[in-house]
Amino acid sequence: MATKSLQKRHSDLANSNRQMEILSNGIFRNGELPTFKSKISETSQFPLKSKKLEILQINVGYMCNQVCDHCHVDAGPDRKEIMTRDTMKQCLEVIKNSGAHTLDLTGGAPEMNPDFRWFVEEAAKVGIKDFIVRSNLTIIRANKKYYDLPEFFKKHNVHVVSSMPHWTRGKTDKQRGDGVFDKSIKALQELNAVGYGMPGSALRLDLVYNPSGAFLPGDQLSMEKDFKKALLEDFRIQFHNLFAITNLPISRFLDYLIASENYEDYMYQLVEAYNPSAVKNVMCTNTLSVSWDGYLFDCDFNQMLELPVNSKVKHISEFNEELLEGRNIVISQHCYGCTAGAGSSCQGSVT
Amino acid sequence: MSKTYYDPADLKKFGKITEWSEDLGTKFFEYYGKVFEEGALSAREKSLIALAVAHTEQCPYCIDAYSQDGLQRGITKEEMMEAIHVGAAIKGGATLVHGVQMMNKINKLDG
Repeated sequence: MATKSLQKRHSDLANSNRQMEILSNGIFRNGELPTFKSKISETSQFPLKSKKLEILQINVGYMCNQVCDHCHVDAGPDRKEIMTRDTMKQCLEVIKNSGAHTLDLTGGAPEMNPDFRWFVEEAAKVGIKDFIVRSNLTIIRANKKYYDLPEFFKKHNVHVVSSMPHWTRGKTDKQRGDGVFDKSIKALQELNAVGYGMPGSALRLDLVYNPSGAFLPGDQLSMEKDFKKALLEDFRIQFHNLFAITNLPISRFLDYLIASENYEDYMYQLVEAYNPSAVKNVMCTNTLSVSWDGYLFDCDFNQMLELPVNSKVKHISEFNEELLEGRNIVISQHCYGCTAGAGSSCQGSVT
Repeated sequence: MSKTYYDPADLKKFGKITEWSEDLGTKFFEYYGKVFEEGALSAREKSLIALAVAHTEQCPYCIDAYSQDGLQRGITKEEMMEAIHVGAAIKGGATLVHGVQMMNKINKLDG
C-alpha cells in the first residue's frame, strides 16, 4: 500500500506526457489493438463533440487524507494543489450564469480545501438542481473538525456520493488503506442517522464502486443489490444508488497495471468490451471539468493527463458556454475506459 | 507450432472455432450466452457453478475466465474457494461411492 503520491515518489508516471506515451505506443502503435479514434470512426462517431453543458465538475484540490492504490488524481496528503477563493469566485459566476443543472465537487478530499465550506454555502445559494460532493467518507472521521460534515451537508441539501469499493473489510482496505473500511462504515452510519440514504429521503446518498484490480466492474444493478443486502444485514446501512465505475488506465492505476504486468491484458479487456452505444452518452459530452487552478477540461481524466479543452476558451475566467458547446472532445486510448460494457461515468454506467 | 498444449492467449481466440463450422459454432455461442443469463438461477450463482465445474473439468481457460468473471461480479475469494470445494467434494464422493461397487464385487467373489 502506497503512502505517497507518484509525484512525491518522483515516479516517471507522475508526468502526464509519459502516461500519454504509454497509452499511444506498444500495442496501439503496432496495430495489435485499434486506437480509440479508429474504433469510434467505425461507427462514424469521430470527432466526438460536446453537447449542451449539464454538469460542471470542479476539482477543488488534489490534497487527500487517503492514498488509494487506484487513484486517477494521484491524490494524497503530500499534494499541495488547492483551489483558491478567487478561483472559486470565478466558478460561482459561471454556476450562476450557465445552464448546467448539476454541480459536482471533487478532489482529492474536497473537504480539505480551507475554503470548502464557504464555497458550498455560496454555491448552495444559487439554487442548483443537483449539488454533489464526492466525499471519501473517512474524512468525516479523520479529525474532530470534520465530525459535523453530515449535518453541514444536510443543511445545504448536498447530494453525497461516496467511494465504497466493497462490502467486505479485506477488499476495501487492500485498495484504500488499513482501517478505511471501519471508518467508512461509521461515516455511512452517521450519514444515515441524519437522514442520508434512507428510503424515500430527499437527502441523496449514492455509493461508487470501482474494481480493486485489473478487471472491469460487473452489472451495476446486480452489484447494487448485493451491496444493499450486505450493508443492511451486516451494518444496518442504507443508501440510494450504486454507481459502478471502470478504472481508467492513467496515473496510479496505470502504475499498478504496469507493475503487476496487467497493462496489456487490461487494455484488451477494455477494447473487447467496447460498446458503441456507450459512446453516445459518455460524460465528456455534457460535462466540463475545472481544475484547481481554473483551467477547463473535457473530463477529470483529461485534467490529470493535462489535455486541455479544444477551444479558444481555456480558463474558467473566460467561460463562454456558446463557444464551448460543440467543441471536439480530446481523446486517447484511456477513453476506452468510459465505453466498456455498459459504459462508465462519474454517474455510473451510461447505457 | 507452440511447444505447450495450452497458451493463455488462445482463450481470446475461442470465437474463431465458428470459422470452420459456422452454423454449429454460432448455435453453440448463442446457447452459451443464453445459459448464463439471469434465470431461475441468478447470473452470480451460475458464475460460481461455472467456476466449480471449470475446476473439476480442469480447464485452464475456464478457470481464468470464471475467476475474472467472479471478481467482476464482486464475488469474494472465500465464496469462490467454497464453490471449488463443492466441486472437489463431488469429485471425491464420486470416487469413493464406487467403493460400494468394489465391496459388492469382493463380497460376491470372496463372501
